[in-house]
Amino acid sequence: MSTLTQTPPDAPTGDRPPRRRRRVRVDWGRYHTWAVLAWLFAPILFMIAFSFNDPAGRHNITWQGFTLKWYQNAFAHSELNEAMFNSVSIALLTMVLAGGLGTLLGLALGRFSFRGKQLTNLVMFAAISAPEVVLGAALLSTFLMMNVTTGYWTTVIAHVMFCVSFVAITVRARVITLDPRLEEAARDLGAGPWDTFRLVTLPMLSPAIMAGGLLAFALSIDDYIITSFVSGDVTTFPLWIWGATRVGIPPQVNVMGTLLFAVGLLMAVINIVTARRRNAA
Amino acid sequence: MNRKITPYVLVLPAWAWLALFFVVPIGGMLSLSLTTGNVVTGFQQTFEVGNYATAVGTYWEQILRSLFYGACATLVCIALGYPMAYWIAFRGGAYKSTYLLLVLLPFFVSFVLRTISWRFFLADNGVVLGTLKNIGLLPDGFAVLNSAPAVILGLAYNFLPFMVLPIYAVLERMDPHLVEAAHDLYSNRIQAFARVILPVSLPGVFAGVLMTFIPTSADYVNASVLGGTHNTMIGNVIQTQYLVNNNYPIAASITFVLMGLLLVGIFSYARALGTEKVMEVHA
Repeated sequence: MSTLTQTPPDAPTGDRPPRRRRRVRVDWGRYHTWAVLAWLFAPILFMIAFSFNDPAGRHNITWQGFTLKWYQNAFAHSELNEAMFNSVSIALLTMVLAGGLGTLLGLALGRFSFRGKQLTNLVMFAAISAPEVVLGAALLSTFLMMNVTTGYWTTVIAHVMFCVSFVAITVRARVITLDPRLEEAARDLGAGPWDTFRLVTLPMLSPAIMAGGLLAFALSIDDYIITSFVSGDVTTFPLWIWGATRVGIPPQVNVMGTLLFAVGLLMAVINIVTARRRNAA
Repeated sequence: MNRKITPYVLVLPAWAWLALFFVVPIGGMLSLSLTTGNVVTGFQQTFEVGNYATAVGTYWEQILRSLFYGACATLVCIALGYPMAYWIAFRGGAYKSTYLLLVLLPFFVSFVLRTISWRFFLADNGVVLGTLKNIGLLPDGFAVLNSAPAVILGLAYNFLPFMVLPIYAVLERMDPHLVEAAHDLYSNRIQAFARVILPVSLPGVFAGVLMTFIPTSADYVNASVLGGTHNTMIGNVIQTQYLVNNNYPIAASITFVLMGLLLVGIFSYARALGTEKVMEVHA
C-alpha cells in the first residue's frame, strides 16, 4: 500500500516531491480522534470518579473526599432499586419478545419474496426513523382514547414496538449472507424442512439473533423518552434519575451507572477476546 | 409447510405488533389532534382543524429553534465524526474494532445519566468551572450551562456514534486501490479526496445525517437538562402539553406538525437514495 492512501485529507499539502517517498508527517487524524474520544469519555470518567466522592450537601458536584460508602450501601434507596428492577425486567421481556418477532420478520425479509415486502420495509424504516417523542406521543394518544391505563405492560408493548425492526434488520443481514447450498445439502441428506431449519439454519443464525436480542435489551434499558410517555406510575432507572435531579441525585446513582458501565465493558472485552480466538482458530 | 404461505406466517406476528402499536396509534393521534375539550369534560371529535393553526401559531419559535439546533448538532457531528471515521477506517490498522468500541463505550451509560453527568461536570461551581474560577482564569459570573451552545453540544455528544458508524462502514468497505488509482493518475491528496473518497462516502454521510438530525431535532432531554428555561425545543412542548398540562388536542397537533416536517425530509431523502440502501448502511 502506498503511503499516500493512508494520509488524512486535512494534512498540510505543500509541494510534492517528484518521487514519492516516506516522510514524517504530523498525524492530525490521530490527535483529532483522541481528542474526540476524550470528549466522549469526560462525563463518564466524572461519573465514575464521583461515585467515590463524599459530598457535603445534596449535590454531588465538588470533590470532598474519597469514600467507599456508596458502594457499601448501593441498594439503600428502595425506590431506586425498584426502578432498576423494573428496567431490567422490562429489558429482558423486550429482548425475548422483540428478539422472537424480529427474528421471524428478518428471516422472511432475507429469504422470501412476498407481497407487501416493500410495505414492510417502509413501515420498519418509518418505525426506526420516527423520533421517539412521536412514537411515545402516538402510543399515549391511543391509550388515552381507548381508556387503557398506562403502566408496566404498556411500557413493554412500546419497547417491543421500537426494538423489533432493529432485530429484524440484524437478522436479515445475516440471512442474506447465508450459503443456500448448506441447506440444500441438508435436504439432500434427507432432512425435512423443519429439521433443516432447526439443525442447519438456526445455528448459523444464532450470532445474529443474539446480537439483535442484546441490541433490543440495550435500547430498552436505556430508553427515557418513549417510556416517559407510556409508563404511567411505573418508574424505570432513567425515569427515576430524571425525577431525582430536582432534589439532588444520590451518589448511589453514580454507583449503579458505574456498575452498568463495567458490565458493558466486560461484555465488550469478552466479545473481542472470543472474536480474536475464533479468527485465530 | 407450503412455501407460499411461509413468509406470511413469519411476518404476521411482527406485522400485527407494528400495525397495532405503531401504525394505528399514528391514526389515533391524528384523530386526537382534531378533537376539542379538556380533561374534565372529555374530548369530543369535532374535526377541529384550527388546533393546528393554534399549535403552529403558539409554538413556531420552538419549532424553528428545534430545526436549527438539530441542524447545528448534525454539522458538529459531521465535523467531528467524519475525520474520526476516516482515520479509523484508513489508519486504524489492527485496532479498528478497538477504536470503534471506544466510540461506543460511553453509550453503555444511560442517555439520561450521561446528559445529567455533563450538567454536573459543567456546573457553575463544579469541578471544571469552579476550579478555573478559583485560580482566576475565568470571571465569577461565567457559565456554560443554560445556553444554546450547551444544548447543541449536548445533542452532538449524544448522537455522535450515529454519524461515525455509517461513515466508517462505507469507508471501510471502500477499495483502497481506487485511491491508489487516483494517485497513479496524478491527482494530489485533495483531488483524490474530493473526487474519489468523498463521493464514495456520501451515502454514509447521508445515512448519518438522517440518524442524527431526526433524533436531535426532536429531543427534549438535552434542552431540559442543559438548556434551562430559555432554550426549550419542540420536544419539551410536546412533553409538557401531554404529561403536565394534559392539553391533548394541541399536543397531538404539534406532534403531527413535527412528524410531517421530518417525514417530508425523510421520504424525499429515502426516495433519492433508495430505502434499502439507506437501511443497509444503517444496519
